[in-house]
Amino acid sequence: MTTSTRVPAAQENPDAGTAPPHPVSLPPADTPLPAARRDILPLLLVPAVALAVLPFVSLPSWVTLTVAGLAMGMMMFIMASGLTLVFGLMSVLNFGHGAFISVGAYTATLVLLPMRSWLEMDSLAANLGVLGLAVTVAMVVTALIGWAFERIVIMPVYGQHLKQILITMGGMIVSEQLINVIWGAEQIALPLPASLRGAIFLGDAAIEKFRLLAVVVGLLVFAAMFLVLNRTRIGLLIRAGVENGEMVEAMGYRIRRLFVGVFAAGSALAGLGGVMWGMYKETLVAHMGSEVMVLVFIIVIIGGLGSVGGCFIGALLMALVTNYASFLAPKFGLVSNIVLMIAILLWRPAGLYVKGRQ
Amino acid sequence: MLVKLLSADLPRSRLLAAILVAIFLGLLFAPFLFSGARPLNTAATICIYIVLVASYDLLLGYTGIVSFAHTMFYGIGAYGIGIALASVEEPTWGIALAGLGLALVLTVLLALLIGLFALRVRAIFYAMITLAVASSFALLASQLSDFTGGEDGRTFSVPELLSPGFTLMESEVFGRAVDGKLITYYVVFFGALLLFLFLLRLVNSPFGRVLQAIRENEFRAEALGYRTVVYRVWANVLAALVAALAGALMALWLRYVGPKTTLGFEVMTDILLIVVIGGMGTMYGAVVGATLFILAQNYLKELMGHASEALAGVPMLAAALHPDRWLLWLGVLFILSIYFFPVGIVGKLRLRSYLKR
Repeated sequence: MTTSTRVPAAQENPDAGTAPPHPVSLPPADTPLPAARRDILPLLLVPAVALAVLPFVSLPSWVTLTVAGLAMGMMMFIMASGLTLVFGLMSVLNFGHGAFISVGAYTATLVLLPMRSWLEMDSLAANLGVLGLAVTVAMVVTALIGWAFERIVIMPVYGQHLKQILITMGGMIVSEQLINVIWGAEQIALPLPASLRGAIFLGDAAIEKFRLLAVVVGLLVFAAMFLVLNRTRIGLLIRAGVENGEMVEAMGYRIRRLFVGVFAAGSALAGLGGVMWGMYKETLVAHMGSEVMVLVFIIVIIGGLGSVGGCFIGALLMALVTNYASFLAPKFGLVSNIVLMIAILLWRPAGLYVKGRQ
Repeated sequence: MLVKLLSADLPRSRLLAAILVAIFLGLLFAPFLFSGARPLNTAATICIYIVLVASYDLLLGYTGIVSFAHTMFYGIGAYGIGIALASVEEPTWGIALAGLGLALVLTVLLALLIGLFALRVRAIFYAMITLAVASSFALLASQLSDFTGGEDGRTFSVPELLSPGFTLMESEVFGRAVDGKLITYYVVFFGALLLFLFLLRLVNSPFGRVLQAIRENEFRAEALGYRTVVYRVWANVLAALVAALAGALMALWLRYVGPKTTLGFEVMTDILLIVVIGGMGTMYGAVVGATLFILAQNYLKELMGHASEALAGVPMLAAALHPDRWLLWLGVLFILSIYFFPVGIVGKLRLRSYLKR
């Protein structure tokens, strides 16, 4: 386009000495700004995987498996999104992210266990009210801890990857032990609220109620994140920071403040995910966070470090594949996520979506 | 002679030299210095951990690679010997060596595969991928119970020379019967010593210098004409091989393999703690760190138990001093040492004597 307009422009004044040697031609005013190419191939992967399994299982079990996979994927996404956002913005990979998951779940027990009678009530409103309170408390506490963690532990080691890995690992060890000190080393039972127990039936397919709630919450979180990142000023700054942090700083924005805000938000999301995951498992142990972290890392790798959209797709993909694989071939289910990761990385070596400076 | 054995990498600090000699002599004469099974067990664990941690230091301290798959290779070595010996009625050396050989081949293949796959990208990527692979491997080992014995692991008997019932001679030597346990201890000790000296030789060779160059400035090392990917993959393979051999020694000593003792994530965090506290980038850091750590693991817990009982009235503090919470204090020490003396104990000692000069 540009070359075709340039050539006639040069021919119009071939011998004018005052004209610049390479006349600049501007595109017409109504030309749209260059936009990033839309990349929808990864988006199609999730339905493709789900449909590919359909011939091998009966329809009711397919529905059950798919809903279970979606629910697990949504919970995983909630836990992983904070990690990938923090990595994208600050280039800090927080190996201690799992600690926030555990802390969130344990903090929720501070509300849920004393108010157990409310959970036993057979009213959805009361159940969800207590649950909402517990989640709020857990998120506030993990956000505060995240804020402190960023200031005390991570701030001195910005830009040093090796030390970051070691320090955050150390932070995770210490916080797991502290959980044991505060709440005791025995595992804590966390029963589901009365109205979320059991399953509803769609034809022959059983769908557990809690899984439906997990899907709804996951979708809400994704929608909220998407809107914040794409429709608000803060989101604009965050996206700009992911692309080029120094430039944002040069524009006069205090990127450190953005860092700590995003870190606290990511920790709060981990706390929310921890509460959901704890209710899903119905028991809490101090190392539940570090166990989940393995899956979270795989998701973040699959999605592409720093990409929220990739993280969402990666979480759904991994959870679905794990669910299908462990139903069809239980032994293979154990390694299915590694196989999935390798397959994705062979296709796209940096993950599904690449963000920022790699 | 001694200089040559140590590959000209001397302690360079009088205090450090004294500590190292003390550790060496203590481990060499451990069966005669202490009586009972527990001290000998501690000594053998120290020997094996020194090798395991030193091989990890080759990656973390010398090359600047963070790997979480080191326990996987350690476990492969242990399971190689364990499964081979558990599968036969009459344990022989041939079977043990065949099992070890297979384990080593698997180790090399896996290390090459992971290395070629993940070492081309950034350090952080490698750390995550190894974490994922290692935990899946551990899960697999605990689930394939027909083959590996599952969570319970496998106990097996070792070749007759090493079995506890065997006695080499009738008379006692320095008040100690020369039985299979003693011979096993010395197999472990000298095996560990050889592997350690090999690692020391490796890091002080031109190859080791290139690894250090990669750690300091990868871009520059590449600009000087070294193919850094090849060096990193080789470092990975060699470290994995040594870790597998350490695992084999551990299996011989315990006459048992299980996921908890070899593949567990706790083992990995132990290794990390030891490397950092002992001193990254020095092989002697592994010696000092492993000795301190294992001694603390075995004996500090008792001390903490007493302290916890003494403080039984104070609610939080008593729980924090409970023997099971000893990792809490080591974790705090770990974080503090990364901030305030990242060179570790050995680096600190060397720095002090360097400044004195």
